[in-house]
Amino acid sequence: MSIEARNIRKHFGDFTALAGVDLKVESGRLTALLGPSGSGKTTLLRIIAGLEFPDVTDDPNSGRVFFHGKDVSDLPTGRRSVGFVFQHYALFKHMTVFDNVAFGMTVRRRSERPARADIAERVRELLSLMQLDGLERRLPDQLSGGQRQRVALARALAVQPKVLLLDEPFGALDAQVRKDLRRWLRGLHEKLHVTTVFVTHDQEEALELADEVVVMNNARIEQVGDPQEVYDVPASPFVIEFLGNVNRLESGTGKLHVAGKDTLYVRPHDVDIRRDYDGENALPARVLHVFSAGNYGRVTLRRLDTGETFEAEVPRDRLSELKLADGEEVLVVFRHVRLFPKGKFYETDIG
Amino acid sequence: MAGTISTLTHVAGHSRRRSIEDPRWLRWLLIGGALSFVALFLIMPLAVVFTEALRKGWSAYLAAFQEPDARAAIKLTLLVAVIAVPLNMVFGLAAAWAITKFDFRGKTVLTSLIDLPFAVSPVIAGLVYVLLFGAQGWWGPWLMEHDIKIIFAVPGIVLATVFVTFPFVARELIPLMQSQGKNEELAALTLGASGWQTFRRVTLPNIKWGLFYGVILCNARAMGEFGAVSVVSGHVRGLTNTVPLHVEILYNEYNIQASFAVASLLTVLALLTLVLKAFVEWRHQKSVQKADAVETRQFASK
Repeated sequence: MSIEARNIRKHFGDFTALAGVDLKVESGRLTALLGPSGSGKTTLLRIIAGLEFPDVTDDPNSGRVFFHGKDVSDLPTGRRSVGFVFQHYALFKHMTVFDNVAFGMTVRRRSERPARADIAERVRELLSLMQLDGLERRLPDQLSGGQRQRVALARALAVQPKVLLLDEPFGALDAQVRKDLRRWLRGLHEKLHVTTVFVTHDQEEALELADEVVVMNNARIEQVGDPQEVYDVPASPFVIEFLGNVNRLESGTGKLHVAGKDTLYVRPHDVDIRRDYDGENALPARVLHVFSAGNYGRVTLRRLDTGETFEAEVPRDRLSELKLADGEEVLVVFRHVRLFPKGKFYETDIG
Repeated sequence: MAGTISTLTHVAGHSRRRSIEDPRWLRWLLIGGALSFVALFLIMPLAVVFTEALRKGWSAYLAAFQEPDARAAIKLTLLVAVIAVPLNMVFGLAAAWAITKFDFRGKTVLTSLIDLPFAVSPVIAGLVYVLLFGAQGWWGPWLMEHDIKIIFAVPGIVLATVFVTFPFVARELIPLMQSQGKNEELAALTLGASGWQTFRRVTLPNIKWGLFYGVILCNARAMGEFGAVSVVSGHVRGLTNTVPLHVEILYNEYNIQASFAVASLLTVLALLTLVLKAFVEWRHQKSVQKADAVETRQFASK
């Protein structure tokens, strides 16, 4: 089921959480709302779920949420067919895992409620899908973080939602569990194909897991695209800084000089270090520090013209070829840079 | 956990222990002071109540309750509690629910208003009702016309008691419900539960011990309230006398033994309340400890 949110505004007192946001999510996709804290991503998710309501405006087309073309803005959360997984899971503390998962089915009106045996059957099915077999009788307090997360997912899926919404699904877990669960969630999505939106502030998580990434900042959407697209063709300085490592430098001489002083972004792996080069785009720099681990070495350099420090990522064999010494002067060529003169994107390949 | 820590310090050796501890005489002075204070102000009065009550033997003790006026007072006190406690349970729950689960204008005002009955002297509370419903009060003439008696009658006593005992349940629940947040309720709503289902199946089980605790405190005060009730009751024997008022009347008539006998009833109620309170706290502690133990186990297994 596709989701559409039109011109959503939301204020909390003086604070603007969402300043007129439009969002479209295609059916069956796994979408990430990515942004720093306070960017409005969780508020948007909660508005989609019906846990929060957009500001009322005069425009009847404004501040509406559609599921599969149908306006659900006035439906209470319980009737929107959404499964919501809360950041800290919000499991019912006093209920067993079984009762937690069964809850959504047992609160239905008598005429729509499945028979007790069917509920039990469905709960078992879900628990085994979540790899939680044998934990039915446990209380949430007696589970690990990853298990709680999966119980919360099972509970949300038990009502057969058309849309699955996850608020920082991996936020409260430690690094290793996070990675495992991420992979597992991707697999689950492939199996179930429920339209899923999740909120995260972790760019790695968004890029690795999602079909589509919605980058948010300051109550607005900065860019929407598939992970490769937002990484390779960032629409704004914010996006390039937020996604992955990047050096932010003053633009300098030659081809790098674009209409006055401007900011230049270059990814560390686009920095080439050379001993001799006669092109006009070479920048003199001093090596400050070299460190190599794995296939890549990290070199910290200082520009001689502006004094800015920046990082380069160089393949290990290239590094051993260069035999860089701390304090040595070298020439640097930026293979691929991005400039945003007056907020507009400008890209150039050099060398 | 506390046990583990104290054994550890014990093992750590005596030399260090002595240097960080207070001198012996100071310790004994503080402990002795505290104990004698408790003995003087709590244990002694308690003992006096029962010795005085039983001074003339068991038959005299029981006779104090056979008296029609005493029976009427006990009945009235029970009646007042039966009305006031459930009312305040519902009010307290509603107030705590509204304050902790919703955002609205005037929330802070409501929160401080709930404490008003604690801040106001009970005698003033009683007087306010006299000024409102009494013969010379605001609504007095209208009530007289319609032949409704509130002051110097049972309704006045109930009103005054409800006022005085209002904060107990709400004050017990508000911090508890605040610390629990509203995510479990929201989760229930997203799963399609109605408001009532959410309350009954999610909220209530989470607050039951806090609610119980508030109710027993509320009940103890409802049965023991003197000041406010004294002002509105009119002290009509056999009609508008509650147990605390009856104790006072007996005492003023120099019927000391009977007075203490009836007073012992309230004392037993107080002791029972303390036992229940301890039980509730113990249950609560146990659930917290269980959660802690599980967490520790998880850390240990990592």
